[in-house]
Amino acid sequence: MARIAGVDIPDNKRGEISLTYIFGIGRSTAQNILDKSEIDRNKKVQDWSDDEFAKIRTIISDEYRIEGELRSEIQLNIKRLQDIGSYRGIRHRIGLPLRGQNTKNNARTRRGKKVAIAGKKKALK
Amino acid sequence: MSRSLKKGPFVDYKIEKRILEMNESGKKKVVKTWSRRSMITPDFVGHTVAVHNGNKFIPVYITENMVGHKLGEFSSTRNFRGHAGTRKK
Repeated sequence: MARIAGVDIPDNKRGEISLTYIFGIGRSTAQNILDKSEIDRNKKVQDWSDDEFAKIRTIISDEYRIEGELRSEIQLNIKRLQDIGSYRGIRHRIGLPLRGQNTKNNARTRRGKKVAIAGKKKALK
Repeated sequence: MSRSLKKGPFVDYKIEKRILEMNESGKKKVVKTWSRRSMITPDFVGHTVAVHNGNKFIPVYITENMVGHKLGEFSSTRNFRGHAGTRKK
């Protein structure tokens, strides 16, 4: 198991995939990092040399905001929306979708698991 | 898709004029507006704008953080009181 940027430890996968285990790095960011450090995208993490690890670490720490830092940035952005009392901030507060989606049905990602409402009758067939 | 930068932020001519006038004379008065679509520019900071929500005017005090948002975002058009049967404590 390799260790990059604090806690993250992916291994025995291709570098391109493995890097995406870090919060804040997806497929395209991973590809950019590998291209920039001139490592083959398909090379497995276990085959990386110490030099290559060092290169990747410096690129990530210099150019990307990841893990805790990124999470706190996201939280700050949400908090800003809430503090200025904007529509999006209010939707964040009550846990509903922000971008005008329907909420009559679905929207389960934001609203969480279904909760049964007492006394609500099911439609008869 | 976001608005082309070339055009600059959209602000209704009327309200922009009112705000700039007030900035020049240093006066602060509540400006009533229906223009919910106008972007808040840095000129607005410190003023209070009464934004119409379809029913009445909601006074909005503009702070620095609000720059870049639209006026309508701060004046809700819905009035949700909760569902029937859900008890509030």
